[in-house]
Amino acid sequence: MRGRGGAGFPAGIKWRTVAEAAGPVKYIVCNADEGDSGTFADRMVMEGDPFALIEGMAIAAFAVGAQKGFIYVRSEYPDAIAKLDVAIRLAAEDIAPFRIELRVGAGAYICGEETSLLNSLEGKRGEVRAKPPLPALQGLFGKPTVVNNVLTLAAVPHILADGAEGYAALGTGRSRGTMPIQLAGNIKHGGLFETAFGLTLGEIVNDIGGGTASGRPVKAVQVGGPLGAYLPPSMFHLPFDYEAFAAADALIGHAGVVVFDDTADMLAQARFSMAFTAAESCGKCTPCRIGAVRGVELIDRIAAGGGRAAGPLERLPQMRNVNARPRSLEEEIGLLTDLCETMKFGSLCALGGFAPYPVMSALCHWPQDFGLAPAVEAAQ
Amino acid sequence: MAADPEADFGTPARHGAPVRLTIDGRAVTVPEGTSVMRAAALADAAIPKLCATDTLESFGSCRLCLVEIEGARGTPASCTTPVREGMVVATQTERLKKLRRGVMELYISDHPLDCLTCSANNDCELQDQAAAVGLRDVRYGYDGANHLDAPADVSNPYFDFDPAKCIVCSRCVRACDEVQGTFALTIDGRGFASKVSAGMPEDDFLNSECVSCGACVAACPTATLNEKAVAEIGTPQRAVVTTCAYCGVGCSFRAEMRGEEVVRMVPAKDGKANRGHSCVKGRFAYGYAHHGDRITTPMIRASTADPWRPVSWEEAFAYAASELQRIQATYGRQAVGGISSSRCTNEETFLVQKLVRAGFGNNNIDTCARVCHSPTGYGLKATFGTSAGTQDFDSVADADVILVIGANPTDGHPVFASRMKSRLRQGAKLIVIDPRRIDLVRTPHVEAAHHLPLQPGTNVALLTAMAHVIVTEGLADEAFVAARCDMDEYREWAAFVAEPRHSPEVLEAVTRVPAANVRAAARLYATGGNAAIYYGLGVTEHSQGSSTVMAIANLAMATGNIGRPGVGVNPLRGQNNVQGACDMGSFPHELSGYRHIAGAEGRRLFEGDWGVSLDPEPGLRIPNMLDAAVDGVFKGIYIQGEDILQSDPNTKHVLAGLKAMECVIVHDLFLNETANYAHVFFPGSTFLEKDGTFTNAERRIQRVRKVMSPLAGLADWEVTVGLANALGLQWSYGHPSEIMDEIARLTPTFAGVSYALLETEGSLQWPVTEAAPAGTPVMHADHFVRGKGKFVITDYVPTDEKTGPRYPLLLTTGRILSQYNVGAQTRRTRNTVWHEADVLEIHPFDAENRGLASGDWARLASRAGETSLRVLVTDRVAPGVVYTTFHHPETQANVVTTEHSDWATNCPEYKVTAVEVSPSNGPSDWQARYQAAADRARRIEPAEPAE
Repeated sequence: MRGRGGAGFPAGIKWRTVAEAAGPVKYIVCNADEGDSGTFADRMVMEGDPFALIEGMAIAAFAVGAQKGFIYVRSEYPDAIAKLDVAIRLAAEDIAPFRIELRVGAGAYICGEETSLLNSLEGKRGEVRAKPPLPALQGLFGKPTVVNNVLTLAAVPHILADGAEGYAALGTGRSRGTMPIQLAGNIKHGGLFETAFGLTLGEIVNDIGGGTASGRPVKAVQVGGPLGAYLPPSMFHLPFDYEAFAAADALIGHAGVVVFDDTADMLAQARFSMAFTAAESCGKCTPCRIGAVRGVELIDRIAAGGGRAAGPLERLPQMRNVNARPRSLEEEIGLLTDLCETMKFGSLCALGGFAPYPVMSALCHWPQDFGLAPAVEAAQ
Repeated sequence: MAADPEADFGTPARHGAPVRLTIDGRAVTVPEGTSVMRAAALADAAIPKLCATDTLESFGSCRLCLVEIEGARGTPASCTTPVREGMVVATQTERLKKLRRGVMELYISDHPLDCLTCSANNDCELQDQAAAVGLRDVRYGYDGANHLDAPADVSNPYFDFDPAKCIVCSRCVRACDEVQGTFALTIDGRGFASKVSAGMPEDDFLNSECVSCGACVAACPTATLNEKAVAEIGTPQRAVVTTCAYCGVGCSFRAEMRGEEVVRMVPAKDGKANRGHSCVKGRFAYGYAHHGDRITTPMIRASTADPWRPVSWEEAFAYAASELQRIQATYGRQAVGGISSSRCTNEETFLVQKLVRAGFGNNNIDTCARVCHSPTGYGLKATFGTSAGTQDFDSVADADVILVIGANPTDGHPVFASRMKSRLRQGAKLIVIDPRRIDLVRTPHVEAAHHLPLQPGTNVALLTAMAHVIVTEGLADEAFVAARCDMDEYREWAAFVAEPRHSPEVLEAVTRVPAANVRAAARLYATGGNAAIYYGLGVTEHSQGSSTVMAIANLAMATGNIGRPGVGVNPLRGQNNVQGACDMGSFPHELSGYRHIAGAEGRRLFEGDWGVSLDPEPGLRIPNMLDAAVDGVFKGIYIQGEDILQSDPNTKHVLAGLKAMECVIVHDLFLNETANYAHVFFPGSTFLEKDGTFTNAERRIQRVRKVMSPLAGLADWEVTVGLANALGLQWSYGHPSEIMDEIARLTPTFAGVSYALLETEGSLQWPVTEAAPAGTPVMHADHFVRGKGKFVITDYVPTDEKTGPRYPLLLTTGRILSQYNVGAQTRRTRNTVWHEADVLEIHPFDAENRGLASGDWARLASRAGETSLRVLVTDRVAPGVVYTTFHHPETQANVVTTEHSDWATNCPEYKVTAVEVSPSNGPSDWQARYQAAADRARRIEPAEPAE
């Protein structure tokens, strides 16, 4: 079972780390802060079968020796909150002495990042923590903590009930079992489809989703939330598999699939990802805090025709070291590429680190939307 | 390894097993837990950094310190990555260069560019790192979103906050949290809008919870938080390490100078008392050194009704000497005496007592410790054998239970309080015994397990009740007692405290602390692991002060909490050198090193060295001197660095004593209250103007180093030498180090101390002997200094100062963070912005009964006298208890305090005075008359034309 929150880290290793960590106090934390655009699998589970989640948490607690669990759910899910509230009370006796407490977020996307979530749970500002130390060793209130996504925990009772072999028989490569894929955006048959890993992206979009709702050709598919890569139909052969996606500079994330038809402006989509990151950045690390804002500004300049004349300050004679000549579109694109590299490798967490995926995939596959010559890949 | 004590290795030192790794091709071995960043810095391969500094835990926000590690994905931050055996690290690759330059390019796209006119020019880590990464072009331009028009907050009197220069590294926030423990700062907003905020967005620094300790200013890598003085003067050109002259913590500072001007005082990172931290007083409140009130010329007058007449040093010495000789000729050898100062150096204090013993020919020498920690000296000597605390400050980091009694560390000893709070945040348990709800009882991330708000004056009853619980519940460490203490005395003591009349239930009527809480606190102290007691003047300044000290020592011995790190009995000394002043033989009955004057062996040693014969009879204590003066048999006094009229109890009695004398010599920085009744004034020198040593509360001897010339031409020790020579003593000290050599020669516990050793060791904790050449951090490790620890029976005897219908409330007194004692220094700094007058804290119940509201003037009257001050209605004090500070002469809180004192040492009972509080229209008649008289007494004749 690999964590379904997005990183795909094996849940068993995480649990073993917590189980073997020293100390009498340990926690189970369920990340139900489902903030990615076009995702709703967590909500469906919590509204439809909250006991699966509660049972999964109780099993995890038993496995690692935790006394207490928290479900951190986003405030935008009032029905899920109400359902969980009742379900936790109904299950209290069955899971005792393990106890579960429901905590409601306050609307910050970054609190879906596990260390921010822990800070938020502790009553602190939702700011990302550096790792190490891993939450498995020093998590909530500094104690060993399992942080798992709703889907991960809700799958646990089924794996135990049906046996590990049965679950592992599904899927492909190192991506075993099933994934609830969420189809959204401009798609004919939107909704939640749980299926084994291994279908191609084309099968998911066209066979299950039935193509676009508008009936126009698909231009791009964004997989894995607002910071997932945009993939053109030329990549529909990609199997739904963590490694295959990673090899194509894309990610599966929480398995949200958002479809765009040929009217989409991919520069605007690239800008959106930078604007989203700027809006949701916790502000701790420099590449994300300043980089996302510069990214928006840069893409706006490119949209306005590319290039940049020297600013009034740069033209001052006192500014001896400044390169005061105008910058070309190619230089601006080069700067955007460098910025994406700085953010990808320099950011503290996946928010700033993944913001470059939609930007660079848009730039790579649809250069004409950025005022450049069309890519040669169309001829593949 | 870099030798620079101020070098910054990025993350704190660790102490694990050795780990070997390779950094840039070089083999490095560091302790386990060390960060890659620190390992690299130790190997002279410093990695660029901005958010990391080795006084704070790593944070990982700036992303300049990325490295490549073989076998690891991506580019981890070196500050948050611990070393592993066999790790291979590259700190400089093309990829890393590009990444770092990319990060720096982002920083500079939102930063002012006028570095040359910036107050941190050439003292700015952003500037340094921009240079280090080779940034040459900011391709984003300078027209993007920015914070450059953010307004500066200049509300703090000592430092400015300019958010336009902020790089949001959170070093200030983390310093406030981790180092100071106040949690006043935070990051407000998120993303690009993230900004440092002192509390709520509408708060400025001055109105926030900021205590102005300066930790944030020290931590700031840019000019965002910078000293106003640096902006005004410029960056320093040299630094001299010296010791703070305020409280007994003894913080080590770098006096950063430009010429003879102090640019700023920066806490020394390798200071063993303060470990790089400071408080608002030591860090910023040195402006008194140049205050216009400083007197820089000696002055004399025949009568206190005359104005002062400025004279030369020679004339002043000659006049003072002739007066003292005349008085002794007329009234006898015992008619004069001296008072040494806990504010002055060991060397100066030693000289004053030497002047009295060898020059005046009597033992009428006393010191201001009389009115603060004399019971500590008595009590700890009686029980343990040494008149000093048992631990070093580092010891608190090993404590599991901390018992604070009669001390308010966050106000009185703020730097030690921060170290204590750091340990409490790690989980140590806290017991507070104090009539007031001091800040420690509940402060961010710290909450006392037990606060026992006892009635003032009932310390002994409460401690006996705790001992009762420990003995009767079988919680005593009898194995320790059997091995280390006199068992017969223990049994006698145990039987005494076990008597039913000493149970918490019976004594609840006296202490007014619920018995269950006393029992719980006693159990925690006895069974919670390493338990350490820290106490202050709330213990000593009582009629049973010495008994309380011994009751504390009993508790520590009975539970085995003596002789190792993490435990002990620790007096928090009020003044910078109160320990040293006591060590140096400032008491009338003791020579330096606490040897009784009646002891022939010790006395002979001094007689041989000094070439005089000494009076074997103990001399007069301060209160006895004043009594004798009123009686007409004590006529002359030399007072160095103490304002007895303001600081000693029962002001009217002190006044009568001073008025009855014929020659009062005051040696001070300012014309203090005592000087109003003086005939000779010797202008003093500040700690910045002289060489010497101070000894702090942990027995740590530290150098005071001269950074500027004495304003009056002579350092204090030179003045005492001048007076001594005018009396015919022929002293020829060329430097204070020669005085220390004499101290070492004559004082066994100082035998190994020399300026040369202090230079190499930084500081020394006495005893420094052949057996302990590098000093003694923890005392009584294997055996007590006196041999067997002595249990002393401490029977609770209520004070004679009792409430009644006329004086129904109990007044207790204390200090506040921003002011220091009688305020002679702090009132002459911008610290007054926090505390411009003493106020009376009164419980809402008592206030309402008297028709008083916060801000009203009230009359505060006792059997001794009355004064007026404004009230603050607060439930910090219990009903029936009122509290004030004694920092301001306008209030003269000691007009109210009485002459009751400790049975053993005469330490005044400042902490218990029966009073009544009633509405008032303003200052009392006495205050008005006093002020008029003081103004008259301070007149100075116009200076004569220069010859």
